[in-house]
Amino acid sequence: MTSTAAHRAVEAVWRIEAARLIAGLARLVNDVGRAEDLAQEALVAALEQWPASGIPDNPGAWLMTVAKRRAIDEIRREVTLAGKVELLGRELPRPDGPELPEPVEDDVLRLMFTACHPVLTPEAQAALTLKMLAGLTTEEIARAFLVPTTTMAQRIVRAKRSLAEARVGFSAPGADELAPRLASVLAVVYLVFNEGYAATAGEDHLRPALCEEAMRLGRVLAALVPTEPEVHALLALMELQASRLRARTGPDGAIVTLLDQDRGRWDQLLIHRGLTGLARAEQLGGAIGPYALQAAIAAVHARARTADQTDWPRIAALYAVLARVVPSPVVELNRAVAVGMADGPAVALDLVDGLGDRLRDYHLLPSVRGDLLAKLGRPVEARAEFERAAGLTLNERERDLLLARAQECG
Amino acid sequence: MRFMVMMKATADSEAGVPPKAEDMAAAIAFHEELVKAGILLAADGLKPSSAGARIRFTGNERTVIDGPFAETKELVAGYWIIEVASKEEAVEWFKRCPNTMGEGFELEIRPFLEPADVGEALTAEQRERITDMEATAAERHG
Repeated sequence: MTSTAAHRAVEAVWRIEAARLIAGLARLVNDVGRAEDLAQEALVAALEQWPASGIPDNPGAWLMTVAKRRAIDEIRREVTLAGKVELLGRELPRPDGPELPEPVEDDVLRLMFTACHPVLTPEAQAALTLKMLAGLTTEEIARAFLVPTTTMAQRIVRAKRSLAEARVGFSAPGADELAPRLASVLAVVYLVFNEGYAATAGEDHLRPALCEEAMRLGRVLAALVPTEPEVHALLALMELQASRLRARTGPDGAIVTLLDQDRGRWDQLLIHRGLTGLARAEQLGGAIGPYALQAAIAAVHARARTADQTDWPRIAALYAVLARVVPSPVVELNRAVAVGMADGPAVALDLVDGLGDRLRDYHLLPSVRGDLLAKLGRPVEARAEFERAAGLTLNERERDLLLARAQECG
Repeated sequence: MRFMVMMKATADSEAGVPPKAEDMAAAIAFHEELVKAGILLAADGLKPSSAGARIRFTGNERTVIDGPFAETKELVAGYWIIEVASKEEAVEWFKRCPNTMGEGFELEIRPFLEPADVGEALTAEQRERITDMEATAAERHG
């Protein structure tokens, strides 16, 4: 094995073992930041030793043994904690002993809850989740979020410190807290997904890989808490949206909008999984959960063989329910688009105008107005709206698309 | 990255000998590991080649040959479809697969073609027709 090949193999083992390793250590030291440091030290030892010795038969146990040995050494150095050494020494198996307790799945779930703890900002939650649950390196996470590695490293260090300072420890939320805490875990997973989904071709290829990471985390969650409908719904939503990733950009990197996509490029395996996951969420009684409704809307598109066959009245109805469950002007705007497709542009324009100033700086508002005005045969106003939208968007590809539409208005 | 991991046939799988209870338990445990890790997209087992058939093409001639087929180690007995970050990760995962098939048991790991690999070999219209057929098949499948 060449040293590069060995390195890649060690990294692969790390991807597989990181979450369970960190979770198991966190249970031991009751501090995820410290657990992560210990795990990283074990990884460094593996990178030093495995290229020569080969990958051990049970690499997870090897890493755990090394990390635990270091944990004991560390604690021994802390004189004031002398009392705990004995305690720890009794609980620990001998570092080189054959039997190590398998970390239980609950630990991984607990790790997820801790990484997404409300004392942290969403950005910090996402960074910690990718680092500890997905086994990504700081450099990979930095590239994915388009920030310098040093910035991301600082963000992670600060996040770990915040957890330690808030004495978060390593415990699962109680029954009364479970729903909001789970919601925040789901929000982080979806944030990671959207970070990848917003990327366009030509940018770093790692960004679409974020969608894969988010779906992987979603599947981990679905296995850990299989009775929660919104977990299945979020996974279904991501899989249905990701099924269109390949069709979203043209050969020149330009955005291809949903209705213009070559549906032959949609990923049928992900669609099949997404529809199955949505059905599961609905069977569990979660049909009107926010993610389930969004997944149901994505499913309507996925089922339409051609753009013309899209069931717009159903999409409009689903948006109407979604607007009641999570009232938001953005949802109202989307509903207006669906109503426009179902009942014509005049009705939709009334709905959009009814939104007033609530979305003043949101580029999709003038973009939707422009589209409706163009359909109503009012090209001069349409053009002005598209140009306004182009001035508001931060995404270059989107700006190109909007300016092209403005041009079309003549 | 998406991979198919093919489980090669053995004398037992070709003879339709059901796995021993403990092997079955180990196989299920491994399957669960893949599910919990969030990497498994699909998996299925196949009946012995005696239940199958081959079609050999010679110019415009088609010769249908019913199973079983002799070259056991080249036959596929089942598959997994997984999504992982690298081939190395796929390899590390499947090194952990229990040997439920006996001596000489072999797995073959192959990455899926990506759109970039196929290039413009298919026209948009051809792809649309394929999707249409796949979608119909999926609906019938449930």
